[in-house]
Amino acid sequence: MRGRSGHSGPSVSTDAGTRPATTATTTPGRIGDSPLRPDGTLKVTGEFAYASDLWHDDMVWGVTLRSPHPHARIRGIDITEALTVPGVTAVLTADDVPGENAFGLEHADQPVLAVEFVRYEGEPVALVAADHPETARRAAARIRVEYEVLPAVTDPRHAMDDDAPAVHRPGNLVRHLQLRRGDQSVTAPVVVSLDVEVGMQDQAFLGPESGLAVPAEDGGVDLYVATQWLHVDQRQMCLALGMPPEKVRLHLAGVGGAFGGREDLSVHVHASLLALRTGKPVKMSYSREESFFGHVHRHPAWLTYEFGAERDGTLVYARARVLLDGGAYASSTAAVVGNAGTLGLGPYRIPNVAVDAYGVFTNNPPCGAMRGFGCVQAAFAHEALMDELADAVGLDPVTVRQRNGMREGDRNITGQLIDSAAPVAELLQIVADLPLPPQRDADADLRALPGSVGNTTHGEGVVRGVGYAVTYKNIGFSEGFDDYSTARVRLEMTGGEAVATVHTAAAEVGQGLITVEQQICRTELGVERVVVHPKNTAVGSGGSTSASRQTYVTGGAVQAACVAVRDVVLARAAASLGREVSQLRLDGEKIVGASGEVLTGLAEVLGEDAVEETREYRHRPTHAIDPETGQGDAHVQFAFSAHRAVVDVDVELGLVKVVALDTAQDVGKAINPDAVVGQIHGGSAQGMGLALMEEIVVTDGHVRNPSFTDYLIPTILDMPPMQVKVLEYADPHAPYGVRGVGEPPTISSGPAVAAAVRAACGRPLRRVPIRPEHITGT
Amino acid sequence: MDFLQPTSWADALAVRAERSDAVPIAGGTDVMVDLNFDRRRPGALLDLGRVPELREWTVEDGTGGVGATGGVGGSTVRLGAGVPYSRIIDDLGARLPGLAMAARTVGSPQIRIRGTVGGNLGSASPAGDAHPPLLAAGAVVEVESAARGVRRIPAAEFFTGVKRNALEPDELIAAVLVPEAVGPQQFCKVGTRNAMVIAVSAFACALHPDRRAVGTGIGSAAPTPRRAPEAEEFLAGELESAGLWESRGDLPDGLARAFGERVAAAASPIDDVRGSAAYRRHSLAVMARRSVTWAWAEYQQDLRKAA
Ligand SMILES: Cc1cc2nc3c(=O)[nH]c(=O)nc-3n(C[C@H](O)[C@H](O)[C@H](O)COP(=O)(O)OP(=O)(O)OC[C@H]3O[C@@H](n4cnc5c(N)ncnc54)[C@H](O)[C@@H]3O)c2cc1C
Repeated sequence: MRGRSGHSGPSVSTDAGTRPATTATTTPGRIGDSPLRPDGTLKVTGEFAYASDLWHDDMVWGVTLRSPHPHARIRGIDITEALTVPGVTAVLTADDVPGENAFGLEHADQPVLAVEFVRYEGEPVALVAADHPETARRAAARIRVEYEVLPAVTDPRHAMDDDAPAVHRPGNLVRHLQLRRGDQSVTAPVVVSLDVEVGMQDQAFLGPESGLAVPAEDGGVDLYVATQWLHVDQRQMCLALGMPPEKVRLHLAGVGGAFGGREDLSVHVHASLLALRTGKPVKMSYSREESFFGHVHRHPAWLTYEFGAERDGTLVYARARVLLDGGAYASSTAAVVGNAGTLGLGPYRIPNVAVDAYGVFTNNPPCGAMRGFGCVQAAFAHEALMDELADAVGLDPVTVRQRNGMREGDRNITGQLIDSAAPVAELLQIVADLPLPPQRDADADLRALPGSVGNTTHGEGVVRGVGYAVTYKNIGFSEGFDDYSTARVRLEMTGGEAVATVHTAAAEVGQGLITVEQQICRTELGVERVVVHPKNTAVGSGGSTSASRQTYVTGGAVQAACVAVRDVVLARAAASLGREVSQLRLDGEKIVGASGEVLTGLAEVLGEDAVEETREYRHRPTHAIDPETGQGDAHVQFAFSAHRAVVDVDVELGLVKVVALDTAQDVGKAINPDAVVGQIHGGSAQGMGLALMEEIVVTDGHVRNPSFTDYLIPTILDMPPMQVKVLEYADPHAPYGVRGVGEPPTISSGPAVAAAVRAACGRPLRRVPIRPEHITGT
Repeated sequence: MDFLQPTSWADALAVRAERSDAVPIAGGTDVMVDLNFDRRRPGALLDLGRVPELREWTVEDGTGGVGATGGVGGSTVRLGAGVPYSRIIDDLGARLPGLAMAARTVGSPQIRIRGTVGGNLGSASPAGDAHPPLLAAGAVVEVESAARGVRRIPAAEFFTGVKRNALEPDELIAAVLVPEAVGPQQFCKVGTRNAMVIAVSAFACALHPDRRAVGTGIGSAAPTPRRAPEAEEFLAGELESAGLWESRGDLPDGLARAFGERVAAAASPIDDVRGSAAYRRHSLAVMARRSVTWAWAEYQQDLRKAA
């Protein structure tokens, strides 16, 4: 959605000098412009082909039989009756997995199909292929699985108890991150503490998991699928299918949102197994309900925080304990613990720190990656506690944060130097100075009030509250991960026009990467027409579309490949023109000299030739942290954002209307300013959703609301127009100075909303989502 | 699955009688959800969309045999079962204000264009938003079968259990007969989001100055939508004894609150994912207090207008 300031572009520009003079200056649609995204109109008009629209003439349909129990032993599986259903072409169980029956992002601990045990409600047990999805579902219902129900661990707070049943051997601990910095026995005159609980959020992407697996003549498989990282999928599929990568080819299908929920495998191996077994293309497409069981969720969290401070509010120490419920399999829990531990005290200078962050196994739904990745949960705690501190020392919430806010040149709690802009105080000042929304009119439309057309108040009980929050988030993969991307760029004349083709495997999931790739090519090569090659595994890995990293890392790879292509072209031009390469530039399909004079056309230099180069780009290395102290340069880049929320709360009914949700964020360099603002709008809405309504309710290991009837995400009437201020403090270490954009808004918006609700109703509200009954105390 | 599309009311009733395995479908906003979730696998769908009689609303004058709670000498709106919410909002805001307010809260624009009061009654969900205002207005559901003809069932007797109603297997809902408002009506609905939300709790009230009565309807806070008869009698009695129906004076302190408490007491809510029983009760008390205050202010305002 667009806010009233939707077109407010970057308001501060500090990028002077970051664009080399070698790049194009006249080609439209370059870096800094906001060319329209090619998928935009198609999506709005319903014509975009999502993965669920995949079709093959002879395809059959695959469905998954899932466990109804959070924890059970499988005594036997009888598929004979299912096989007799007319139209059924295959029924598969764990015995039919040819490779290793295991997958997982960090640890291959999750069976492709359950063997011996099921560890969460919804775990895949068997597969059916049939000529019609309904036939497949009916046949699946005839598979007889004999379960012996086992005691389940469903309260993560007791997962590490001695008598807790083990979800896996040797025990239920996924990771304990221990961080110690400074003086552990230090005391402070002002001490504040609290416990916070964060419910389980879902990515709630609108396009459910879907894929089409096509068996190939070479005995391999081509999988068309909506995903976030083709190559990590490929690696896991190769293991399970027992095939080399050449035979497991992935192609990105239309992705309807991701937000982390497509980092783990879904239909990938299942559809491929069925395709290889039946010799037919197999389509699998989850229903909305199945989707809730078909991907990981955001970890629910229990956080205990204490701050010690001087009387003027300066932080002396922080102690924190974070517990994340990882659910039944590891997924990316260890990395989420890494973030919650290393970043979990927020963008503040704190000399003395003790943090213990735990991720545990339970028989709840597996949790893993979601936008904000461990920082979201922690931010609810450190920001609530900052407000407590403000109260305790008599400061306002902005000042107390500014006083402790991180600055460039500081070291964070892992001892890492903050080596580029850290405008915490400035971001807070910007949001604090933005105009506040006017007071509500006495005869305001119902839609402007809490409860909206529900007509629950005409102003009675309505109190306004304002809240602030600030965050920082690591960009890119951390803790020593070899994080890189690959780009292949080709430049040639086609029909008299110069065309650049850019080929990466980096997933476009709706964030606008395709447009960014085009903009970089136009800028570096000075040609207007840029074709984005379909994303597949025929080119090297693009890395994950997560951790807000693609514009940075794949952007860096595309830039590097473009520069390599340009170097070849300019060298040729220099040779034929008898000039120095350093005096030449590509602009508007021309070779131009130092002062912009046209020397020759690109067509003349290229002739019939295509120039093609492939490059990998790596950001600066990160490092593992010390296991005892948690110290180390764990991250490569940090992105900062602040929000100010203004809410009207009907304190008697506990209903909330978010009146304003304004933000400021440093993006380093806005490659596509419209897309940047779009990311900030969407991320802010998602963070607000967690603060007020989004929760998968799990009772005794069972999901109680697997539908959009009861898993509520914000509507247009819940999301206010936003004022968005974008700062561009270039990161000198990143391509074009960019800083990841997608996640920070999701982190700081929720705590700002929660703070505003607290301010309005005067209750501590230590759990999110905040429900009406928490506000009313009933 | 057969798809049956009668084009007249008589044919629809005939098909209903013949095909006991058929599920009627009006807007389909409940039926299609059930089919998608595999909660139902009917042998046939009986599409009522081509039956013109169901898509109309008319005004009937006089007593017209509308039933005990019908307006005394007032007019009654005969609302065809297949009139969608969007038309109720556009056409009937003045005649049936409570129902129109409720209609505005249903789902999204798409759902309001498809969904019907007949379908709401057919589903008989305790959370159906049309139900509380129909109860408060004293509406009557007109049902019909080919074999036995027309039956008129007061809304208060129509809901027989969780998602169950008084319809016989061979009957269809023809219309709802709703007395035109002669006094202020209000509808309130609590949901945890500001649009597109199923009621956590809902309340409707109607003042009937013509017969010095108060109507109520409670939603999502009992196995069925229900009235709060004690609260109705209490408030009507208090207004009567203080002569307020005539004087249109201010409500005595605490009266609206006492009414709210009685409304809350009439509910028997449960805890579920949408809300707790305690919150439901609490919210009913608040909604009843506020809405009766607004209704009374409007009643006072009406006099000033008339004066
Ligand atoms: C996204 C969404 C949001 C929704 N939000 C709300 C909401 O806010 N409030 C709310 O109350 N409801 C809501 N609903 C539920 C639904 O829209 C309503 O119950 C609506 O009134 C149903 O009307 P319909 O015409 O679509 O009924 P249908 O789905 O066609 O039918 C519903 C039931 O009534 C029966 N039926 C229909 N017409 C007749 C008839 N003439 N005679 C006998 N039986 C009949 C059908 O057989 C079926 O059992 C929502 C549904 C969806 C999908």
